Amino acid sequence: MRKTIFQGILHRPLSEPPPPIAGDEVISLARALDRASQRQLGRGLAIRAVDAGSCNGCELEMHALGNAFYDLERFGLRFVASPRHADVLAVTGPVTRHMREALLRSYAAMPRPNWVVAIGACARDGGMFAKSPVCEGGVGAVLPVDLWIHGCPPTPRDLLSGLLTLLPQ
Amino acid sequence: MSAWEQALSRLEAGAVLLSVWGEGAHVHLAWREGGSLRHLAREAVDREYPAVSARMPQAIRLERALRDEGVLTPRGLPDSRPWLKHDACGEPYPFLAVEGEGLHQIPVGPVHAGIIEPGHFRFTCDGETVVRLEARLGYVHRDVAGLMRGADIEVAAKLAGRISGDSTVAYAWAFARAIETALAITPPARALHLRAVMAELERVANHLGDIGAICNDGGFPLMQAHCAVLRERVLRAAGSCFGHRLMMDCIVPGGVGADLNDEKIRTLTALIGEIAARFPGLVRLYDLTASLQDRTNGTGCLSPALARRFGAGGVVGRASGHDFDARRDVCYAPYDGASFAVPVLSAGDVNARIWLRIKEIEQSLGLLSHFLTTIPIGATRCEIPPQDGEGMALVEGFRGDIFLWLALEEGKIRHCHVRDPSWFQWPLLEAAIEGNIVADFPLCNKSFNCSYAGHDG
Ligand code: SF4
Repeated sequence: MRKTIFQGILHRPLSEPPPPIAGDEVISLARALDRASQRQLGRGLAIRAVDAGSCNGCELEMHALGNAFYDLERFGLRFVASPRHADVLAVTGPVTRHMREALLRSYAAMPRPNWVVAIGACARDGGMFAKSPVCEGGVGAVLPVDLWIHGCPPTPRDLLSGLLTLLPQ
Repeated sequence: MSAWEQALSRLEAGAVLLSVWGEGAHVHLAWREGGSLRHLAREAVDREYPAVSARMPQAIRLERALRDEGVLTPRGLPDSRPWLKHDACGEPYPFLAVEGEGLHQIPVGPVHAGIIEPGHFRFTCDGETVVRLEARLGYVHRDVAGLMRGADIEVAAKLAGRISGDSTVAYAWAFARAIETALAITPPARALHLRAVMAELERVANHLGDIGAICNDGGFPLMQAHCAVLRERVLRAAGSCFGHRLMMDCIVPGGVGADLNDEKIRTLTALIGEIAARFPGLVRLYDLTASLQDRTNGTGCLSPALARRFGAGGVVGRASGHDFDARRDVCYAPYDGASFAVPVLSAGDVNARIWLRIKEIEQSLGLLSHFLTTIPIGATRCEIPPQDGEGMALVEGFRGDIFLWLALEEGKIRHCHVRDPSWFQWPLLEAAIEGNIVADFPLCNKSFNCSYAGHDG
């Protein structure tokens, strides 16, 4: 183990420079981000992820944000275990009927101000599952969304550049 | 004896159940004898039929889900609670009763800590020890089968690739194979090779992720940090070679939607070289870290008898002695021309499931080298004739064998049924955790890594 740790110290870190701030092809903002909230939330954002019917593809890429290449935490962004500690609710999936209640409760447990980020094509408008009678057709149908990050699933780079727009520039 | 009765007695005599599902007034049964797949449908008289699960307990949840659809009634179903349809049972859900002095319950989920899919676990504990775990699933039920009904083949193929995102390649392959069997067409040899390259990349990426995640849950994030780097390298190579990091929609009925040129083959060969160089060090790190070994050895034991009885596939089954791998036993192309070993262990604990993944990565690297050096020249896709037909497929994903059956009518999907390997693994997790402490649940759960989305459909 010592050898592995030692190598980690000797080698250059794998972390890559942050991606440029996301353009329209990557994200859509529901409205201009409220500067007052942005100042209040500051440079460190705690994110609570809720899977509301995802195929788990979006989750895989969110997980990847933690690896050495993207290293989310160096930007002050981190995933937390409870919505009560979270500034950002990151929601994936078309919002199945069975997850609607749990999603609303998670949101209600969050302190204000907060942001809601809808991740992926499913969260945007239901995606391939838009016509399903047991899905709500996206996060916007249930919660006020501040930011959409596009893709099926969005790449970790897109996720990162999307999330960075939430931080004060 | 009716054909149905014969099928059931074959199942009792050792054939393995693949799935049970309903389509209108018909109930379908699929099973395998060795590597050959069998399928039978019968009409349900007055919308009733004798429940398969009355004799095969592994079919209980499948038949509960079938009954939820509200069309057919399996007579004599041992557990009559709804399964995938939550509103059908009213609240609160009637969890099984547990009695005893000093027992307490811990309800967990559907929203868990971390970036995990949703499901509810009800632990009943005696102090620290779990005496019963009961899972309640269905939170991510999107009714994929309903969406596929009447859909065009291309749309249904995309839906199939989004049933469980981590297995998108295997699902797309199962769907494509079922279409190809239904229409009696064979994709070009080059396409088959490319499919196998994608499928093995998917297996390697997921196994790497799982090994890291299990060790992380055992309190050893160093392994995860290193495994995640290798996993990212696989996904990046997949992204640059096939145009999508998870290779979604890259397998299409009739062939593949992406091709490899020499440069891309070199990229993938370099990737295999890098993993082959770095992975053994990580295996040593796992093997020599006593504190981690202490967590994984003897934890979450699944008995071989139970694994066999449920016909559990994949890592979960093979780590408990269930020697089945669809690549070898159903022997679909191009695996029929490749030589590889199917590792099997019998300890059935978390450690065995980690070792099985380690060994499978080694085999997959060998397979990748083989396939990459023998890609035949030619077309990557063939025409899909507009015909009717029925077809089924069993494809080995990283999690186990994915079963898919479909019927085509006038160029559209009449019905498609998919059975994720998790259907026969989730119930076994409940058995494996018994007698373990609550704190070891994450470890056990990760080592099974069942799919919520794949199961819920
Ligand atoms: S957007 Fe794509 S990857 Fe994400 S949950 Fe939906 S289908 Fe899966």
